[in-house]
Amino acid sequence: MSKKHEVPEVDIVIDEEAGVIREVKPEKTRSKKGHERRVNTSIYVILILMSIIWLAPFFFLVFQSFRSYATESGGMVDYLLPKQWSLDNYKWLLESQESNFLRWYGNTLIIAIFSAAIQTIMVLSVSYALSRLRFRGRKLIMNVVLVLGMFPGFLTMITLYFLLKQLGLTQTGAIPGLILIYVASSGMGYYISKGFFDTIPKSLDESARIDGATRFQVFKKIIMPLAKPIVIYTILMAFMAPWGDYVFASYVAFGSEPNYNVAVGLYRWVNVADYQGYFTRFCAGGVLVAVPITALFLALQKYYVEGVTGGAVKG
Amino acid sequence: MTDLEYLKLSKPAKMGYKTRKFFAALPKKLVGVCKKLGQGIIHAGAGFIRGCKDTVQTFRTGDWKTKLSFLVMGFGSFARGQWGRGLLFFLFQTVFNIFMFMPNAQFSGCYYLGKLSTLGTVETYKEGRRTVYGDNSFFILLYGVLTLFFIVAFIYTWYVNVKQNRLSEMILKSGHKLKSTKEDVSALMDSQFHKTLLALPTLGVTIFTILPILFMILVAFTNFDATHQPPSKLFTWVGWDNFRQLLSTDTSSYGNTFSQVLLWTLIWAFFATFLNYFLGMLVAIMINKKGIKLKKMWRTILVMTIAIPQFVSLLYVSKMFAADGLINSYLMKWGWISSPLPFWTNPTWARVTVIVINVWIGIPYLMLIATGILMNIPADLYESARIDGANAFQMYKKITLPYMLFVTGPYLLTSFTGNINNFNVIFLLSQGKPLSLELSGNAGYTDLLITWLYKMTVNDTNYKLAAVMGILVFVVTAVINLIVYNMIPSVKNEEDFQ
Repeated sequence: MSKKHEVPEVDIVIDEEAGVIREVKPEKTRSKKGHERRVNTSIYVILILMSIIWLAPFFFLVFQSFRSYATESGGMVDYLLPKQWSLDNYKWLLESQESNFLRWYGNTLIIAIFSAAIQTIMVLSVSYALSRLRFRGRKLIMNVVLVLGMFPGFLTMITLYFLLKQLGLTQTGAIPGLILIYVASSGMGYYISKGFFDTIPKSLDESARIDGATRFQVFKKIIMPLAKPIVIYTILMAFMAPWGDYVFASYVAFGSEPNYNVAVGLYRWVNVADYQGYFTRFCAGGVLVAVPITALFLALQKYYVEGVTGGAVKG
Repeated sequence: MTDLEYLKLSKPAKMGYKTRKFFAALPKKLVGVCKKLGQGIIHAGAGFIRGCKDTVQTFRTGDWKTKLSFLVMGFGSFARGQWGRGLLFFLFQTVFNIFMFMPNAQFSGCYYLGKLSTLGTVETYKEGRRTVYGDNSFFILLYGVLTLFFIVAFIYTWYVNVKQNRLSEMILKSGHKLKSTKEDVSALMDSQFHKTLLALPTLGVTIFTILPILFMILVAFTNFDATHQPPSKLFTWVGWDNFRQLLSTDTSSYGNTFSQVLLWTLIWAFFATFLNYFLGMLVAIMINKKGIKLKKMWRTILVMTIAIPQFVSLLYVSKMFAADGLINSYLMKWGWISSPLPFWTNPTWARVTVIVINVWIGIPYLMLIATGILMNIPADLYESARIDGANAFQMYKKITLPYMLFVTGPYLLTSFTGNINNFNVIFLLSQGKPLSLELSGNAGYTDLLITWLYKMTVNDTNYKLAAVMGILVFVVTAVINLIVYNMIPSVKNEEDFQ
């Protein structure tokens, strides 16, 4: 990365990253270089150790999902690598009459798609309005949302359950019910995208308004194309959330097994049902859920990083 | 104390002085907050009185169209050619009237409103084999609150309706034209665009957040629990009894358990926030260090824990640490231990385990955030520090840390309150276990207030105490927020960061 030119009195180091030329006293460089190398080596060791710790559970999960159900225990065992590798668990998940896994998968996918679409519209509307438009009650809305956000979410669970029940959206209607719950209050999570809109220069709006554009046109033609990163971030977050939601999903779909989402179904296999028999099936199901979600996430990682760092800096 | 005197103090003395000053200022700040609240109320009250006066004035001086609008909402708008507005007002009034005075009294707003003070008096009873349902306290309370919402909305709309009449009259008098319906509609895309954008979200938040929260706040003052379940049983108002039950330290009450759970919640939130913060920052610094290769790969590996749904990763990890899980079995196989380590059965072990596993979950987030911020630190700061002969640790302490704290102060706060409510990690890892007879209300040693609340709701159907707990969580969060927000300005102050 950096080139060195030997000059009698001083070393000149061209630091390309910082774009500066530095002068370093030569006798110090010698010892520093060794020191530097030692530091780097220890950092590598730490990073490799960390990588192992971070990835190990996922590898274990994959190993156990391939353990043969026919010849070995389907529960937890005291060894890691299967004695016989097989696709038993996957086959059972996808083909068995007993397993509702595909149904759960489909449910979750539907919920995720719908809530991603609607939630994105909600969040963008709210954040755009609060960021770019000035109207009476704007501060009030922001303060009310701040206060509401301090109440724990589960407090309202039973009320929501009975509200949905009145609408016929529990148990067999759990899927539209869950979409409704996820989406209804999603406007409250406007902070990150508002922070993003705040950074777009106001002069853009103003010049368009002078040219006769309405505020809707400004929103559609000028801000939206610029807001692509935050739109993707919002969609990604909204899409991923339903895959992990256990609490509301289990409460709303209570007792109606075909209407579970994957999280509820698999959680019950591990903690409620006889998990000794279902453990490897849980692992296989976990892999089937995790692989596409992880792939999607890694593909869109860049937008995620922009979102979280932007959000953290603005608070 | 003058500045000079302050600067002469030793470090601990400085700290002590600052702390004393903070607490000395606290009452003043609280008074300030109260004053602000009071001013707000006075302001709102004044606005209300002004509104009333205006309304009376409008009725006195208005023409017959305006006067009729007091009774039939939207009439004035109709009569003046603004049929779009008129129609909306009229529709709203019709819906409201139908809702309040429906012929089937069981479903009308008046019925629920009338029963709200007792939450129902007619018990459900059995007549032979047939069950005759009496009042349903739950629906009385829920729809009673909804009716109150509706009434407030109606009064406001009615007021707007009157005000519009007054404005229209004034505009017409001054010789201008009123907006046509077409203009009104196109304004929704322009000058009134915020109304279009916020209409649906506001409706959603009102029905699915504000209404339920108000409902649960009211439930905290009733005896709605397992023995008072509608529709077979009634529940009723009990005042502050539930708060007393949760907070008093009698043997039959939950006070002791509550204070233990609260303490653990705060300890947990502290570690979950700051341990992750510093370790995450450390990892980010390591990865970002010049000369470390494959930066992107390291980051991606860590980010896996964010990408994989938590119920997969956390459930799996929780099973790994179980008595018959992989870790214990391998340690036993290798002969390092003779009996399984009590990861989930010993209170202290369990608490440490959840904190450690939470580090595994939390480091990647902080690593990402810290990476973004570290790159923004001006390189010449480090440059000059190096020339002055600072070592890596000194640079970290004097440059990196203050900068990070300065930029991420608000984030730390939200993350702290987020961790107080960090349901997923505890629930998926330990379900609050280990349980103990020393704790009442089925609470376990790793239970946070929020998971305890969940258990009360789902397992015990003890809604009244769950509601009280929810309110207390709110109070804790709000107090922390108030205190810290008052402290942050000093952090935010540019002068402090040198």
